[in-house]
Amino acid sequence: MSNGPTHDRPAAGESAAGAVHDRREDTRQANRRMLKRLAVVAVGMFGFGFLLVPFYEQICNVTGLREIARADVVENTQVVTSRTIRLELDSNVRHLDWGFRSLEPFVDIHPGELRQVVYEITNNTGRMITGQAIPSYGPQHAAPYFKKLECFCFAKQTLQPGETRRMPVVFVIDPKAPDDLGTITLSYTFFEVEGAATDIQGAVKPPETSTKTRSNS
Amino acid sequence: MSSIPHDHAHDGHGHDDHAHHPTGIMRWVTTTNHKDIGTMYLLFSLGMFFVGGVLALTIRTELFQPGMQVVHPEFFNSLTTLHGLIMIFGAIMPAAVGFANWMIPMMIGAPDMAFARMNNWSFWLLPPAAIMLIGSFFVPGGAAAGGWTLYPPLSVQAGMGTDLTIFAIHIMGASSIMGSINIITTILNMRAPGMTLMKMPMFVWTWLITAYLLIAVMPVLAGAVTMLLTDRHFGTSFFNAAGGGDPVLFQHVFWFFGHPEVYIMILPSFGIVSEIIPTFARKPLFGYASMVYAVASIAILSFIVWAHHMFTVGLPAAGLLFFMYATMLIAVPTGVKVFNWLATMWRGSMTFETPMLFSVGFLFLFTMGGFTGLVLAITPVDIQLQDTYYVVAHFHYVLVAGSLFAFFAGAYYWLPKWTGTMYDETLGKWHFWAAMITFNITFFPMHFLGLAGMPRRIPDYAQQFTDWNMVATVGAFGFGISQLIFVWVLIKCMRGDGAKAPAKPWEGADTLEWTLPSPAPYHSFETPPVIK
Repeated sequence: MSNGPTHDRPAAGESAAGAVHDRREDTRQANRRMLKRLAVVAVGMFGFGFLLVPFYEQICNVTGLREIARADVVENTQVVTSRTIRLELDSNVRHLDWGFRSLEPFVDIHPGELRQVVYEITNNTGRMITGQAIPSYGPQHAAPYFKKLECFCFAKQTLQPGETRRMPVVFVIDPKAPDDLGTITLSYTFFEVEGAATDIQGAVKPPETSTKTRSNS
Repeated sequence: MSSIPHDHAHDGHGHDDHAHHPTGIMRWVTTTNHKDIGTMYLLFSLGMFFVGGVLALTIRTELFQPGMQVVHPEFFNSLTTLHGLIMIFGAIMPAAVGFANWMIPMMIGAPDMAFARMNNWSFWLLPPAAIMLIGSFFVPGGAAAGGWTLYPPLSVQAGMGTDLTIFAIHIMGASSIMGSINIITTILNMRAPGMTLMKMPMFVWTWLITAYLLIAVMPVLAGAVTMLLTDRHFGTSFFNAAGGGDPVLFQHVFWFFGHPEVYIMILPSFGIVSEIIPTFARKPLFGYASMVYAVASIAILSFIVWAHHMFTVGLPAAGLLFFMYATMLIAVPTGVKVFNWLATMWRGSMTFETPMLFSVGFLFLFTMGGFTGLVLAITPVDIQLQDTYYVVAHFHYVLVAGSLFAFFAGAYYWLPKWTGTMYDETLGKWHFWAAMITFNITFFPMHFLGLAGMPRRIPDYAQQFTDWNMVATVGAFGFGISQLIFVWVLIKCMRGDGAKAPAKPWEGADTLEWTLPSPAPYHSFETPPVIK
């Protein structure tokens, strides 16, 4: 029980010198074995750190935490005409020479009302580029009440050189949206999809030339 | 540097006649002696403690008043970041390894560490890492400024100071892993005959478990910062949202390292306190076996609570609940330890020399830090208090009054053994009371500030927070100055200015190191003692 057992120092007899030497050699070998094992554990844990990346992706897929490219299900489309919400339509591109704008800067809508707005993209470059739009909402807590039935952001968009495309967003604002939500900003940012060789959405063809032009921030 | 080098010449033991070891600086560069290396670790960490302390005092100076007075906001961000990194990786962790190097071989009756050359290398990796960290203040763009946790996107976008920080972490991580391999091997393979695992001193137990934690999680941190590095320079997108990565992933990987890291920093302190309290209560440690199991349980549980650092990132409700309850569960083994220490003191013949004062101070303040930790473990409360000064108060109670106070306790406890000279008891008591009082003046008001909503890591604040910030700043300078008393005590001991220490200066001590003369001979337990 006690952390300090009693002890006395024995006098090492000369006859035991060989035994002591053997024991030291045994210890040294055991130490080396232990070093190797622990080093393997350390290297393994370094790999485990990287293994967390696909593991995290899987968790996100299973829990649906990052499924932004999916149409929402809308059940009740009772229109609340007594209430009007202004939706501001914002558009951005990131390191991408595309023209990207909304045809209307803003729309006023009633909660529960089915609406369509149209965005336009133009590929100003001389090469084919695949892009993906990511939506965000301001204020952030408006996101759960903004139900998209159809959106160009559900799929990657591949544009030929100089091509212009008009794309719809069909949406309903949930009547359960809190009353202090007077204005919602819907903002899309287009990112270039680097080397879009495979397309998980199945909506666009892979580009022939994969582009490796993403720049570092 | 210390009195050790010339003491072994006249300590009467015939087996330290290594006539050809180099002298001067090369003696320290090439040494493979666990005591030399322990000394270097401890002095290095003391130096880094003062570097980190200067950063902290600069922070407190800026926060003395609302508005910007002393530093630029960008520099302030670097100060908070580097204060954290230097205190954790430069001060607390190397100090713990220093104690391990000095004490573990002596406590288990081994002649030295298992891999003496690797031990030398483990230490000498640290100064270059420290130079990188401190030097990063002088590169274009300044030192890393995204917080010690290096969260992307800031750490992906920041300047080359962050690269230096990443390399420094790689180097310090390698040092820690090598040190841990050494410690585990020493403990498992080199104990004196008869010293079974359950007869080992508690300090050795806590370090054995700490070393396993280090080997498990330091490589994960190395992986995380490697991913940051490749995101920054080699076009990968682990955390870069623009390329399909996820910044929240970094937080998961980081805290998978970061939470066990918290226990890496406190478990050796638990061990030190578990040596000191029985000595000065003159009773064996109450519930030795349960102490061992408690430490092991804390270590295992530390792997399943990491997301309590991320309650506000948008975890699913089931995740929030799991991590909340798992975190609260850790209070059980920690409570076992606290009550065992109390029970050890119960009806003991206690005296309050400086090591005991620091241990009791540790027990009191660490428990308070533990309670605020429980408060923060409650998810809805944490969402309110996340990134406020309440969190700052909490982790300084467990890290400064926890780890650091225990290290001071250990230093006073073993200084007679290290230097052969008794420390100055009056100065020691002054150091304790000054540190105890100023610590609380500094950090207790931070609870109020945090509850009132003052955010951390911000160089300016709303006027209503002024009073308590002024109090905290005054306390911080007092705390900083009171550490100079320790330096004074240390210098006196190292110069031999004081009473000559007997082999066993503490009546109630009964671990193996006290069977050696003071100062401990350069080579000890060449012939292992036999434990009955």
